Amino acid sequence: MDFIAAHDLDEALAAKAHQPEAQLLAGGTDLMVEVNLAHHRPPSILSLRRVEELRELTPGRIGAGVTWARLERNGHRGLAQAARTVGSPQIRAAGTIGGNVATASPAGDGLPWIIAAEAAIEVKSRERGTRTIPWNEFFIGVKRTSLAADEIITAVVVPEDVPIAQEFAKVGTRNAMVISTVSCVVIRGDDGFRVALGSVATTPMRATRAEEMINAESTTSQSVLDEFARIVSEEVRPITDHRSTESYRRHAAGVLAKRLVERSLR
Amino acid sequence: MTTRIAPGVKGGIGTSVLRPDGEPKVTGNFAYASDLSSEGMLWSATLRSPHAHARLLKIDIGPAVAMDGVRAVLTQDDVPGEPLFGQEEQDQPVLCDGVARYWGEPVAVVAAEDEETARRAAAAIVVEWEPLAPFVDPDKAAEEGSTFRELKVRRGDETATGSVVVEGFYETATQDQAPLGPEAGFAIPDGEGGLDLYVTSQWIHVDHRQIIACLDMEPDQIRCHPAGIGGAFGSREDISLHIHVAMLSLATGRPVKMVYDRSESFVGHVKRHPSRMWYRHEADEDGKLVKVTARLILDGGAYAHTSRAVIANAAFFAVGPYNCDNVVVDAVAVKTNNPPAGAMRGFGAVQTCFGSEMQMDRLAEALDMDPLELRRRNALAAGDPLATSGQIIAGSLPTLAVIDTLEAMPLPDDTIEDDPRLLPGGTGLTTPVSSVVRGVGYAVNVKNLAFSEAFDDFSEARAVMTTAGVEIHTAAMEVGQGLVTVCQQIARTILGTDQVAVVWDDTSQIGSAGSTSASRQTQMTGGAVHAASVGLRDKILESFGGDELREDGVYLHDELVATIDQVCVGGPVGHHVQFRHPETFQPDENGQGDVHAGFVVSAHRAVVDVDPELGLVRVVQVDTVQDVGKALNPQAIVGQLEGGILQGVGLAVMEQLVVDEGVIRNPTFTDYLIPTFVDAPAVNTRVIEEGDHFGPFGAKGIGESPTISATPAVVAAIRAATGRDLTRVPVLPEDIIGI
Repeated sequence: MDFIAAHDLDEALAAKAHQPEAQLLAGGTDLMVEVNLAHHRPPSILSLRRVEELRELTPGRIGAGVTWARLERNGHRGLAQAARTVGSPQIRAAGTIGGNVATASPAGDGLPWIIAAEAAIEVKSRERGTRTIPWNEFFIGVKRTSLAADEIITAVVVPEDVPIAQEFAKVGTRNAMVISTVSCVVIRGDDGFRVALGSVATTPMRATRAEEMINAESTTSQSVLDEFARIVSEEVRPITDHRSTESYRRHAAGVLAKRLVERSLR
Repeated sequence: MTTRIAPGVKGGIGTSVLRPDGEPKVTGNFAYASDLSSEGMLWSATLRSPHAHARLLKIDIGPAVAMDGVRAVLTQDDVPGEPLFGQEEQDQPVLCDGVARYWGEPVAVVAAEDEETARRAAAAIVVEWEPLAPFVDPDKAAEEGSTFRELKVRRGDETATGSVVVEGFYETATQDQAPLGPEAGFAIPDGEGGLDLYVTSQWIHVDHRQIIACLDMEPDQIRCHPAGIGGAFGSREDISLHIHVAMLSLATGRPVKMVYDRSESFVGHVKRHPSRMWYRHEADEDGKLVKVTARLILDGGAYAHTSRAVIANAAFFAVGPYNCDNVVVDAVAVKTNNPPAGAMRGFGAVQTCFGSEMQMDRLAEALDMDPLELRRRNALAAGDPLATSGQIIAGSLPTLAVIDTLEAMPLPDDTIEDDPRLLPGGTGLTTPVSSVVRGVGYAVNVKNLAFSEAFDDFSEARAVMTTAGVEIHTAAMEVGQGLVTVCQQIARTILGTDQVAVVWDDTSQIGSAGSTSASRQTQMTGGAVHAASVGLRDKILESFGGDELREDGVYLHDELVATIDQVCVGGPVGHHVQFRHPETFQPDENGQGDVHAGFVVSAHRAVVDVDPELGLVRVVQVDTVQDVGKALNPQAIVGQLEGGILQGVGLAVMEQLVVDEGVIRNPTFTDYLIPTFVDAPAVNTRVIEEGDHFGPFGAKGIGESPTISATPAVVAAIRAATGRDLTRVPVLPEDIIGI
């Protein structure tokens, strides 16, 4: 197996252009699980761990190499709450948001926040330069994205006007270190509520019907919230698997969304 | 006989002396079995069945043999001796014998120069399978007589009736022992056709017997050595990779290492039997049990392992620590294509304790009686007959004291703290304090100590006085529980010196110590060490006409009459014993008789916070009172109680292997969830010391007791909080919501 350790972004892009089949390695917290389980044996690995350019962290730009441990302390409120729920301290010290975006698991803990914040994914290739892909065009299926083989995810670009009222919650069958059975982000801005959910569809999703419903209301009375929760439960498209059931996921999605709306108003 | 510790001796019984392997373990210097290596060593890998049930039509090892670096590829045809192994019944082929009977059954093994080559070579073996319908329904297996054992208990009057009747159906899922140390073995050829085998085990002598039979070797040609073990909980009571690694080493003439990875470990050892249980409890108006009727089905999976003994425990402890004159139990361990089940902490008593304690709560409800009062009215005591077998309880059984002491322990205050780590849902931030309800639940359990049903259960130990101190020789397996410390403490107390080292002998150097299971080693190997130490002390005192042994020598009336150098002038002085517990007997055709050697009782109270709308639980606190006979090492007892409780909490709210048509869907720590620190409750412990009728200083074994009633106590607390009638463990969020 070839192993390439890129020292900077140019070197990484050149290597990826030369060997588009090379598997990118950032924190390794997804990749090494796949390798250890022998689900995946990449022919070559391109390590991004030394690429300083990917570690930039500002409110408007989260470098792909920024770890959960940093986001837990310095991220936007909703993303920081999500970061805290990723694995163990050791995993959070290694795992990166870029890896979470690239893996594009329906259960990716950082993804509902990205789509609720309406952030974009910045990707680069040596041949075609920079593309900034809107959140709703990036995640296209279970662990499938619109990233091209010669491209590297460089950053999550956050709109300047992202509201500060953000709340995240995640349900699992254990109270820490667990893969979500449902996760939810609510962001409350001047234009109303945005609601995003994870683990309830093939990709992280926005509950647009529920958003329209609640944003058309003038109050958030209990009956409005109950109706809102009902629509969220109806709108999600979960499955039954070894982690949970479809009916529980629908139910929990509605409860979480309702609770987060309430929390965002406090 | 009274024993007093000689002056100046530290670390005798009753003290919380630190364990000798503690520091190397926490500093990373302890050699676990998976750390062993040597020059010229080969690595190995196992090819496993991808089907729960399939005929093996053709196997072509050619592609694996042809790979660079591959040194051996072996199948069932290469087994030199007996083709089948098994602890109780030899029914499992060493490697697949033409039919795979469970998912992950070993088919072929490979030795190669490196780990990756071994793994790739195993994957390169071409197998043609004819998949067969897996037989996975335990009810159907029971109906059709596909069983390892059927056991009937009939005591008293079958026609007796009580005026208050509760019935229920209960289920427990497949729990995995999930020891952090994976299965590992290391085989070194001795150059004379034999082997030294270092293995993770709970009982090297029973491994040895099976290994030599399958390898067709003389007993002295194979020496099994204990290797460093990272937890066992029953998973190492049966053979896993032992014969495979030995075969590869014999075939290549090279040292061979075999280590399972995490997923392989989940399929590579036996698990806790999943159970289906129907119960009817009948009582009079005062809450006295009149009759208990139970039908129990435990799924043993594809091969026998210890299913025969597990189903007996389930049956004999089906009523719990309560008196009842009329009992009807029909218990069956069935044979299916599900993952093989065997020993796990609590060994059959866990399943029936869940069912019977849920029944006791329902009965209390039906009687409108406090659940502890109901238990108190029926409490089993020494001198009473066990409800099932009718055996009169010998030794101590302080059921009432355990219940009363537990009730008197303080409850946590009612405030629910607004710290997400202490709330249901934990760091997931799901649950505001306002959505939390609290519940409290109780459960009590009884279990046997050591092996039962006429098994010739013994432990050998040798105490040796040398000029450098005392050596205690044993082949008992230290799996992390602290036997090493207890052996030292017993020897120090009797031999008057704190210079005591435990020496782990191999199978050629000493006889069996029996299994590190059934809560037996403190009593059995502890008993052997006690007897060997007493024998050694008396031999030395007699030789020199002394009345006391101290660190520096033999004393008479407080005067030194011989130094240790003088005692050992002809070389080390030793004393060897074989220790047995009171004889046990086979039950008769009605399940009656003196089946067990001794008994232990404990009780748990769980306090839980529940988010009923999301079905999430945080176990806040578990308090326990444990019957210990005599506390030899109070801190080690607390360790066992805390660990046992956590394993019980795991079964109550999260631990289960999801098995679908015989296939395990979650064989990883990503999806087989065990409690983290955030999930661990505060634990408060009390012990009751009423000496038992055998074992050193009246001590009882307490390895299993703490895990047994922890599970139903937690479930009872969730029921109390939510009003939900919960009948299956683990209790999942959807069960609490009722969707």
